[in-house]
Amino acid sequence: MSLIAVTEVRKRFGANEVLKGINLDVAPGEVIAIIGKSGSGKSTLLRCINGLETIDEGSIMVAGAQLADDELHLRALRLKVGMIFQGFNLFPHLSAGRNVMLSPMVVKKISAKEAEAEARARLAQVGLEHKFDAYPDELSGGQQQRVAIARALAMRPLALLCDEITSALDPELVNEVLQVVGKLAEEGMTLLMVTHEMRFAREVCDRVVFMHQGRVHEIGPPDIVFESPKTLELRQFLGMT
Amino acid sequence: MAVGLDFGALADYAPVFAKGVAVTCELTLVVGGLGLALGILCAWVRTQGPRVIRPFVSIYVELIRNTPFLIQLFFIFFGLPAVGVSLGEMEAAILAMVVNLGAYACEIIRAGIEATPRGQYEASASLAMSRLQTFRYVVLRPALQRIWPALTSQLVIVMFGSAVCSQIAVEDITFAANFIQSRNFRAFEAYIAATLLYLALALLLRQGMRMLALVLFPRRRAVR
Ligand SMILES: Nc1ncnc2c1ncn2[C@@H]1O[C@H](COP(=O)(O)OP(=O)(O)OP(=O)(O)O)[C@@H](O)[C@H]1O
Ligand SMILES: [Mg+2]
Repeated sequence: MSLIAVTEVRKRFGANEVLKGINLDVAPGEVIAIIGKSGSGKSTLLRCINGLETIDEGSIMVAGAQLADDELHLRALRLKVGMIFQGFNLFPHLSAGRNVMLSPMVVKKISAKEAEAEARARLAQVGLEHKFDAYPDELSGGQQQRVAIARALAMRPLALLCDEITSALDPELVNEVLQVVGKLAEEGMTLLMVTHEMRFAREVCDRVVFMHQGRVHEIGPPDIVFESPKTLELRQFLGMT
Repeated sequence: MAVGLDFGALADYAPVFAKGVAVTCELTLVVGGLGLALGILCAWVRTQGPRVIRPFVSIYVELIRNTPFLIQLFFIFFGLPAVGVSLGEMEAAILAMVVNLGAYACEIIRAGIEATPRGQYEASASLAMSRLQTFRYVVLRPALQRIWPALTSQLVIVMFGSAVCSQIAVEDITFAANFIQSRNFRAFEAYIAATLLYLALALLLRQGMRMLALVLFPRRRAVR
């Protein structure tokens, strides 16, 4: 059974239809890269899956539960799906450790002691156990993004959505974040990631989704998608014309 | 001019001034705490609270901000007894000042809340926090930090508002000065003394707010 099932999803912003009937099934443990031109709807798709945007038609199921747009259902959904953003979005008034502890404490109501142990373990997982007390403005972009990953992991999600999580980083910081994501993929985390890192997508992903004008234009294993694209649009996107 | 300054003439009245300082401080601290709480509550309602009560908060805020404080005070002290609510002068002063500060603080804090980057809400939502949790744990503290200087100034203004309360016989610093100069006819000295006391208290209050900020906001740098 698929962990995430996106069926005929349509999304409009006013008259602008951004998603035009998206179908996508993600199996547990699967790692999927979403690629495509700017404006093709990649971010919107991820945001819909996490309920940050409401959909106009179609359905989204996560672990067998239907996405509905009342706060109770949304929060239940978000307990299962974590999201990492391009701009990190750490809470600036909290230390790295507190950033990771906050949601387990206020949402899952676990004790401060348990939350701290969990936070230390998650920070260790991203190689930042020594930065527990550092504030976001004392961390590099790469470190901030790794804290954001630890923060999402602390909620024990079934899947992680990543929206261009290395795009705001200086080139020399990209790898430390990709390594963390690669390790997560190896450990069996389900990942749905919008990325421009084609080499990484190729090495780590099980499937690649090419989006074009609000549709899944091509989908398949990375060697097929990258080596022998079927459509002109994908060939153009890959610079193979 | 034969009249010299004689501050020695004030010495006998030191206890009166001391009482005035105590009353002014009490008013400022009590009103500061309650008014700030009211301001936060109103700012929350106006930005993300239940839509049905938003208009009432807006009316309250505009009413207070567009009428003189003295009238608000007189209304509470002299007007309310007509509908059966009689308050002592201290209670009336506190109520009037809290209601007044609440309205101004609401608008100041609201500006701080509205400057919250969208990413903060999205990150909180993606961590399954409710809107109220997000406000309480993510939005509020940085919002207060952004507007802390404006809030400090408003608090100083409120402290000076206590001078107006001497009109209903609240025995603050201004009341003390009025009382003294009516006894010894040393208006100049009495009001100089009052001025210096207010100045000292205002500087003290600003310093206190700066120190409170250090505790509340461990990150010194204003955050985007
Ligand atoms: N909140 C919004 N209101 C109106 N239009 C929006 C909104 N968000 C996105 N859009 C529009 O939806 C379309 C798809 O946007 P989206 O961000 O999903 O693209 P993307 O594939 O992620 O692009 P990029 O690679 O630049 O991030 C764009 O035309 C964009 O202008
Ligand atoms: Mg995008």
